[in-house]
Amino acid sequence: MENLLCIQNLTVSIDQKLILNQFDLEVNENEIHVIMGPNGSGKSTLSKLLAGHPSYRIEGGTIEFSKQNLIEMAPEIRSHEGLFLAFQYPIEISGVTNYDFLRIAYNEKQKYWGLKELDPIEFMQLTQIELQKLKMKMEFLNRNLNEGFSGGEKKRNEILQMLILQPKLIILDEIDSGLDVDALKIICETIAQERNAKSSLIIITHYPRILNYFQPTHVHVLIDGKIKKSGHLELVEKIEKDGYDSFSEEKRK
Amino acid sequence: MNEKKTQSRFEIQHVLNQPYKYGFETKIETEKFPVGITEQILDSISNQKKEPPFLRQFRFNSFKKWKELEFPKWTNLSIQPIDFNNITYYSIPKQKKKLNSLKEVDPEILKTFEQLGISLDEQKRLTNVAIDAVFDSVSIATTFQEKLAKSGVIFCSISEAIQCYPNLVKKFLGSVVSPSDNFFAALNSAVFTDGSFCYIPQNVDCPLELSTYFRINDKESGQFERTLIIAEKNSSLSYLEGCTAPQFSENQLHAAIVELIAFENARIQYSTVQNWYSGNEKGLGGIYNFVTKRGLCIGKNSKISWTQVETGSAITWKYPSCLLVGENSSGEFSSVALTNNYQQADTGTKMIHLGKKTKSKILSKGISCGFSQNCYRGLVKITSNAFYSRNFSQCDSFLLGSNSTACTYPYLEIRNSTALVEHEAKISKVSEEQLFYLLQRGISIEKSVSLLISGFCKDVFTKLPMEFAMEAEKLLSLKLQGTIG
Repeated sequence: MENLLCIQNLTVSIDQKLILNQFDLEVNENEIHVIMGPNGSGKSTLSKLLAGHPSYRIEGGTIEFSKQNLIEMAPEIRSHEGLFLAFQYPIEISGVTNYDFLRIAYNEKQKYWGLKELDPIEFMQLTQIELQKLKMKMEFLNRNLNEGFSGGEKKRNEILQMLILQPKLIILDEIDSGLDVDALKIICETIAQERNAKSSLIIITHYPRILNYFQPTHVHVLIDGKIKKSGHLELVEKIEKDGYDSFSEEKRK
Repeated sequence: MNEKKTQSRFEIQHVLNQPYKYGFETKIETEKFPVGITEQILDSISNQKKEPPFLRQFRFNSFKKWKELEFPKWTNLSIQPIDFNNITYYSIPKQKKKLNSLKEVDPEILKTFEQLGISLDEQKRLTNVAIDAVFDSVSIATTFQEKLAKSGVIFCSISEAIQCYPNLVKKFLGSVVSPSDNFFAALNSAVFTDGSFCYIPQNVDCPLELSTYFRINDKESGQFERTLIIAEKNSSLSYLEGCTAPQFSENQLHAAIVELIAFENARIQYSTVQNWYSGNEKGLGGIYNFVTKRGLCIGKNSKISWTQVETGSAITWKYPSCLLVGENSSGEFSSVALTNNYQQADTGTKMIHLGKKTKSKILSKGISCGFSQNCYRGLVKITSNAFYSRNFSQCDSFLLGSNSTACTYPYLEIRNSTALVEHEAKISKVSEEQLFYLLQRGISIEKSVSLLISGFCKDVFTKLPMEFAMEAEKLLSLKLQGTIG
């Protein structure tokens, strides 16, 4: 199996505060990794850092993505190369329609790979198919990007982007937060069915309920910027039963 | 790609600094007057243009007024003193004989306009836009005149109008902006050399978009153009002006006057895309743009809309205004002003409500980058007779980078208690999180910034005529991107 992401000995800080400490993670093609951890354990840092957010300082370690040095790649290149982050809090942008945004994003990627860019009419056909999968209405496209969207609509819109961009590595940052059961079901089923067979998922979550829809190949427990334990579904049960404290070497007060 | 990119904050400043595309200079022989402003110079201009006595007198009176007026000091602008005796007031491309058709225009000049993306060849032009091209002090060519004449529309240079329609010019010139209105209005009235003239007769909707393109080429000359548009009862037109200039390290002066008159039920939409040379990244050079634009809604139900996209000039001093006299008349001002480096803009509008049930709407979007200063200054005046008048103003500012300034000066003068006046103001910055989101979706930083800005300006762009809206958006993203074609 091809290696997709290889993080070794990664240490990251923000404002001189250590957030990830000698962190390791390896993701191969067609795997589903679940990362669980308490608030402030570094979960969101990991997802933003992988996507290239400028706030973080890499103190040491390496990240390889598709056998390339990820640290040297600009955020938009990471995207073109197939890294996709479904945001916990998708940003609102006024004056830019969802449709224009989607088409620009799609065409930028096509351009990067030397493929055909689509005009607004051609792109509509592609978008319509994906919209139906998520049970989204056409009017979604004419609204300004995420502006005034409900929590559920924003998350669906994230997955719509995923379907259109066809990424290799999908990071879901608390995709389940702020979602009702029905919306969660549609979103998770769509991801599970539609993702490219060679693609992999990193699911960052607090709640095990999302695991009703996915069969994780790996489960990791992240505490204080470090993976304390890796295993399978049995870890989830342990967390449910004993809480994160049971994984902590120095127990919290 | 450098390693820093992932670790340091997004660097957007480099996105904003790119060369000026229209900065080339056309080498042509010119015929110009000696520098300075004197009664002899006025006389020479009048002689050169074979003007009727009333106009000669108009110039002399204006010159007298100008000498009594002072350079305006009430703005936020810091301006190096201008030596008005070191400016050439009349400069025209040298030509051997009178031009009868476009074929006789100096090919160098035609090439200049081609290079600016303005083809004066009627075959090649967008078929629904007529153009008057002004090069330094003189109008070079006006296209589609015959087609317009069929519907009774007069569209020509103001010099031509002075010769062919002196009564119209005499009646309306200076009727909206009097020469004593302000320092630059007086200066322009004394020395204006060319510009556009447009007359739409009763019950005619102008069949084409009308457009004037202004080009300053000469290093020492100022451009003082004058535009006069008259829309008779039940008529309508849409008009656009565009402006560029070569890149010099000296500042050049541009002081224009635009007068619009709308009679009963007439509609005038006046759009500007201003891209004069703005100076280099250290603030050297660029056009000083001092413009007085005013529209008179004299008739019932008349409407004047000003839409402007201001991206150029070292200094912009400009307040397109509406005098709302006719009952139920309305005025609109929609503006995008982008400043970068050391550009300074002090722009806005005046809405003077004189008649009953008059309405005005102001939508201003200022974007400041670099060390620039972007200031909205607007007056809404409701006089005691303007019963049941309404105004709505919205002034939004957008700051890019941390060294630029945005100011808003709304002046409200309300003398009638039945009036309804609303004002909204907002200031925003490019948020790092917005940029990050767009970058994560594979949209480059240049494109992301320009997407955010065009989103910010969208409400104004939708007011522009279609072709120009696209041009304006392109111009803005060019200004922001540095992807030079």
